[in-house]
Amino acid sequence: MNLRIIQAMIRKEFAQFFRDPANIRMLIVMPVVQLLLLPLAADYEVKRVRVCIVDFDHSQLSHELTGKISANPHIHVGCTAQSFEQALQGMERDEIDIALLIPAHFERDLVMNQNPVLSASVHAVNGQRASVGSQYLMQILADFNRKIRMQWLQLPKFNPVPLVDISHTYLYNPRMDYPSYMVPGILVILLTMVGFSLASLNLVREKEIGTIEQINVSPVRKSEFILGKLIPFWILGLVVLTLGLLIASVFYGIYPRGSVGTIYAFASLYLLAILGLALLLSAFAQTQQQVMLVSYFVMLVFILLSGLYTSVESMPPWAQMTTHLNPVAHFIVVIRMVVLKGSSFRDILPHVGAMAAMAGILLPLAIRSYRKHF
Amino acid sequence: MEAIIARSLSKTYRSGKSQTHALKGIDLDIQEGELFGLVGPDGAGKTTLIRILVSLILPDQGTASVGGLDVVRNFGLLRQQIGYVPGRFSLYQDLTVHENLHFFASVFGVNAEEQYGLVREIYKYLEPFRDRKAGQLSGGMKQKLALSCALIHRPSVLFLDEPTTGVDAVSRREFWVLLSQLRNQGMTIFVSTPYMDEAARCDRVGLIQEGRLLRIDPPTAIVRDFPLTLYALSTDLMSRVKPDLASCAEVLSAFAFGANYHLTFQTSAGPQACVRMLEQKGHTNIRLEVIQPGIEDCFMYFMKGS
Repeated sequence: MNLRIIQAMIRKEFAQFFRDPANIRMLIVMPVVQLLLLPLAADYEVKRVRVCIVDFDHSQLSHELTGKISANPHIHVGCTAQSFEQALQGMERDEIDIALLIPAHFERDLVMNQNPVLSASVHAVNGQRASVGSQYLMQILADFNRKIRMQWLQLPKFNPVPLVDISHTYLYNPRMDYPSYMVPGILVILLTMVGFSLASLNLVREKEIGTIEQINVSPVRKSEFILGKLIPFWILGLVVLTLGLLIASVFYGIYPRGSVGTIYAFASLYLLAILGLALLLSAFAQTQQQVMLVSYFVMLVFILLSGLYTSVESMPPWAQMTTHLNPVAHFIVVIRMVVLKGSSFRDILPHVGAMAAMAGILLPLAIRSYRKHF
Repeated sequence: MEAIIARSLSKTYRSGKSQTHALKGIDLDIQEGELFGLVGPDGAGKTTLIRILVSLILPDQGTASVGGLDVVRNFGLLRQQIGYVPGRFSLYQDLTVHENLHFFASVFGVNAEEQYGLVREIYKYLEPFRDRKAGQLSGGMKQKLALSCALIHRPSVLFLDEPTTGVDAVSRREFWVLLSQLRNQGMTIFVSTPYMDEAARCDRVGLIQEGRLLRIDPPTAIVRDFPLTLYALSTDLMSRVKPDLASCAEVLSAFAFGANYHLTFQTSAGPQACVRMLEQKGHTNIRLEVIQPGIEDCFMYFMKGS
């Protein structure tokens, strides 16, 4: 390994990078736009569940229930249909999320202890909306149920059947603030995309333009070449991270509760693994289109299985297994731990180990696969 | 002493079921300080041979050494000894002339300023454009920059793959003058070209076709060995010469050369028969005279003969 050659490679790489204004724009504009827009849009709190109540009873009790449902801040009672078909038509037109049917003689049956049945039909094209929306409704109904029992059954002062009441406290993110949850995650995606695409495109471009030919007849070794590609993008990756952390603090007021040093330490290792993978893929690609397509696929799988949008715990077991091999998943867990929970380097050690293993495998592979014979 | 030795070099490219035999047993000895020209049509195997000699690809069979270093086993040392100008411009187009030169100097561990002595002759053409991006240079300038970068580490053997393809006539002549100067300084130069007129500037010429070297000789010997009498033909109806000649059985070969046709004949009675035939077909002002064969005529002849 010759330091002089690696230095020359790095100098060359930076000279080329900063010569192209498009690169600089990408390095600055992409993080800013993504971090400012995405966290605001990627909000999965389900608001305004549109409920249509079909009341066939028109009793005092059914009115009470309707009033209770409309009073819920997350629910918007959009219509009161005369028939169930009418409600379903509304759903067909995407105007209604849930149709709740209150059967005739609802009040009478309840009074006569005949267990009347309410039926709710849920628009389930959007799974998230359907499940959260019906949960809201169930909660209201359960509440309503209990109240009726208390009023009518003349419950004793002390409930003989102990009721379990659950009270929530949100730890680490007390206000359930979405930006503080999303911004660190999106920062990881950003770092990954910038590092991955810059590095893989760069190497393949040398092949496409043919400049690699001149390098290949020079005394530059494979390892020197790969390091000369790796180090500049490693540095640029850390620049993007810095920019992202600044945006997080200035625009969202998110300051890592843990040490910034821990984030940088992990990011450094993470970039080695990601860039190693990028350089490995580009060793097998001949054109920039090829490597773009493959990177896009790899990124998509990594991001969808990373736990950024859907929690890893709710994935099927096989998918949970894959997250151990997914560098993006590791970094998202780590950055959330450090930023929201204030975890220390010691807490993230298992992830550090996994990342070191990935870097340790991918980098030598990238060097070996680079097709300069010898 | 031999600067380049090749013994029965073979190379086959396989893609799927199809095979291309690019080289079929090349034997070659090139002396130190020789300006050697490899001449042949496109697809003859010129680039493959050069790429093997500069250690970019491995031969399937045979051995080769450059400067006494085996191209397979001693590639590390070999790469310090050779300079290579690929057929396709492969310097960094987005770096300036100066940056390119410095990059390759650093890679080879030499100081660009100290090496200016060797490349001064070439670099003086480039000096006015030192801060221009390589991609914005003219074709001739690009080649001069590529040559400078290939020479920056004082190689003992220089390989050039079709360096003058796509370069204007003036730049081509300048480029060959530079190559002669380098040869005079003792450098061994191996250059491939599809232009036969350039072959006359080489010390020796190797004629390659379909992966085989047909002959290796000084240009003068090649011209001397032209066994036939060559005629130049011109008439007032040049556009009809070719179809009309086709009906003349005496004609052995006919190639368009500038404003003339160069002809050879089966027998010594051929020229007269041909002129009579052309007169009958309405050609006027027919001139048919014996000329000295040029190198190009010889190549046409030898390549057709093989």
